[in-house]
This record gives sequence, C-alpha cells and structure tokens, in this order.
Amino acid sequence: MSTAADLHTLTGAYAAHALPEAESLAFERHLAQCPACALEVQEFRAALARLGAAEATPVPPELKLRVMAGIGSVRQLGPGGPMDEHEPASGGGRGRLARSWPKFALAASVAVALGLGGVAVNEHRQAERADRQSAQLQQQAAAFSSLLTAPDARTRTATAGSGVGTVVWSESLGQAGFLAAGLPDLPKDKVYELWFNDSGTMRPAGLLPTTTGSLLLTGGIDGAAGVGVTVEPAGGSAAPTGAPVMLMPFV
Amino acid sequence: MNTVVHLSGPQRRGPDLRELLTKVAFGDQEAFGRLYDVVAGPVLGLVRRVLRDPAQSEEVTQEVMLEVWRTAARYQPERGEVMAWVMTLAHRRAVDRVRSAQAAADRDRRAAAQAHVPAYDEVAEQVENRLEREQVRRCLKMLTELQRESVTLAYYRGCSYRETAEMLGVPLGTVKTRMRDGLIRLRDCLGVGS
Repeated sequence: MSTAADLHTLTGAYAAHALPEAESLAFERHLAQCPACALEVQEFRAALARLGAAEATPVPPELKLRVMAGIGSVRQLGPGGPMDEHEPASGGGRGRLARSWPKFALAASVAVALGLGGVAVNEHRQAERADRQSAQLQQQAAAFSSLLTAPDARTRTATAGSGVGTVVWSESLGQAGFLAAGLPDLPKDKVYELWFNDSGTMRPAGLLPTTTGSLLLTGGIDGAAGVGVTVEPAGGSAAPTGAPVMLMPFV
Repeated sequence: MNTVVHLSGPQRRGPDLRELLTKVAFGDQEAFGRLYDVVAGPVLGLVRRVLRDPAQSEEVTQEVMLEVWRTAARYQPERGEVMAWVMTLAHRRAVDRVRSAQAAADRDRRAAAQAHVPAYDEVAEQVENRLEREQVRRCLKMLTELQRESVTLAYYRGCSYRETAEMLGVPLGTVKTRMRDGLIRLRDCLGVGS
C-alpha cells in the first residue's frame, strides 16, 4: 500500500470491513484526499447494504422493548462532529442529555416523596434533598450512558415470564448495568434484587425500582462471573433468600 | 460531492427515513420507534448472517440501534442513504464481534446459542423481501467465482482480506482487486451507482 494506485484498489476491502485496523486507518487518511475513492466507497456500501437488507428477518417484539428502554439513558451526540468509523465510541464532544429521563428516575423521585410524606420536613430542606437526589440521578444516568456506549460494552439477556432483563458490562470501566423491560409485577412487599456472582457467592448489587427501567449496579465487576436477579422482601436482603429468576454470565 | 445514491427496494415505499432520522437527532423517541420498525429486520438479518448465533445477534442489533440513536445527528445525507448508513454500522459491529469472538472458546458460543432460543418464526419471510433476495442473488451470479467468493466471505462471514486470501488460496493483492471488481459489478447490476 505504498502508492496511491495501490490504495485505490482497497475501496472494496474497506467498504466490506475486510481491512485490519491499521490499514483501515491509513486508508481513511487517503479517502480524505481522494473524492473518487470516497464516492466509490459510498456506492459499494449502498450495494452491500442491499446484500444485507436481502437477509431481513422478523424481529422478536421484546427486542424493541429493550431498545426503547435503553435509549432513555444514552446521551445523544450533537451534530457537526466526525462520523468516522474510528471515532471513540464514548467520545464526549458537544453532546447533550437525552430529553426524557429514564422511567426509573421518575419512579425513584416519587418513592422519595412518598417516604417523606408523613414526616414534617420544612420545604427548604425537602427541596435541598430533592436537588441532591436529582444530582445523584443525573450522575447515575451519565454513568449508565458511558457504560452503554463504552467501546468494549457487552450485553447478555435473559427472560423472566414475558419480561426481559439485559445486563450491560464493560471490562475497561469495571462496571455493569441492568436494563429491565416488562418484568412480572411483584407484590408490594417484594422487590427485584441484583447480585454479582463472585464464584458462587452472591454480592448485593442494588434493587430494581421498577419492572421497566435501568439500574447502574452498585460496586464494580471485580472479577465477578456474572449477574443474578432474585425476588427479595422489600428493602432487599444481604444474601439471596430464593432461587434466581434470571442469571446472566459475563461471557 | 453532491451525488445522491438511490436505494431501490422495499425501504423506498416505507416512511421517509431521512425525515425520521432528523427527528431522532432531536431526541424524538416516537420517530426512533418508527425508524426501528423499518431497519431492525434488515439489521438483525445481516448480523445473524454474519454471527449465526441468535442470542449474540440480538445483542449486537440492540447495540446498533443504540448507536443509531446516539449518533443520529452525525448522519450526513450527502454521504448516502439512511439505510446504507445503518447497515454499515451494523456490519461493522457484527464484524467486530466475530473477530473478538474468535478469541473465545467455541464451547461458550454453542452454550450461549442453546441457552436462548428465540420464540418467533424464523422461516417467516415477506414477499417483498423474497423479491429483493432474488435480485441480489441474480446480481451475485454476474460476478466471477473468485469475485463472488471474495465479496461474500468478507461481507457475510466477516473475514478479513487476509483470511479470504488464505481460504481461497490466492495472493493478497488478487483478493483486494477481486473484491473491488466484484463490488463494481454488483453496484452496476443493483443500480446504486451515480
């Protein structure tokens, strides 16, 4: 790949993602200088998209639930930045928070308000507390967003009844999160609790506030083999009291 | 460069994808849902063709759709149709997964495949899609054997051009040019050129 003529023959391999990373990057530098190559790549991608679209298949409905539950916590990028393939997936730039808060944020705020209901708290303190709560939720949403878009983010899914749970994890961040979509409703005195599986010992990782929503797991992955979900008495337990309703290994 | 590449096929009769994507870029979740309805089938189909494992394919499709949501504002209409943009993202993710999965044990992949069997009809196929498939098949037949093998090994199986060269027993340079020549023929046959 020393001469421009050599590089030009790479349009096909580049469009089909058949180049190793280093050659792909080198070719992208060439593309910026070669409008004819860029046009050819664009046309090849349009042709390949047809090859791909011809493989279209019916999509299981729960996948849409999972995706729609997920976008609430993914920050959208602003316009104007590069759309190169090698842009870091977690690149910040001029992004902004997605307009809608994840449902769990609203539910959590409501829960806090209800918890304070019977106690005389002056409005100022209540507002301060709400602010703190809101700041915490914002932090959590931002952390969840960077988790979902980490370059090494992986996901694994399990079902419980008609509901779906997806664990998202990133080894580089050492964090995991959980997306729930339509999990079976629980009686008021029960709650879904998440656990890290430390080679058979379950470590508490947080309580799921709602049956549809997302949760950044408490504590790092720290070598855990996976994540489990159990049904526990309201308030959660220090160790699981029943069999897991979902188990998702980190593989 | 203001060339517009037109995609013919089923997607042209659906909603205007550019309009939807513009709304998505402004955080419109309803528009995203409609865009999802159009592109999710092609994305899942392509990803599954590359990965074969149904559970992993759904995971990658989910990642692709979140990526569409995240980067909607970066889409540049002058660089191609929305469907081509989404399918390029999907192919890239699928290929990345194939290459990272090659390091993992096959045993794990088989276990994963058995652990999650999707409860929907895999043989269901729309008439529109069958026509599209026939046209693609017809165009693939216009390629020489070596061109076709080079393009399909790279695209449908996620092989690098080195792997493709090894599998076909031809020099690297030959594979590069055959991929390009094959794609030129495909482009012309499918009518996506300028």
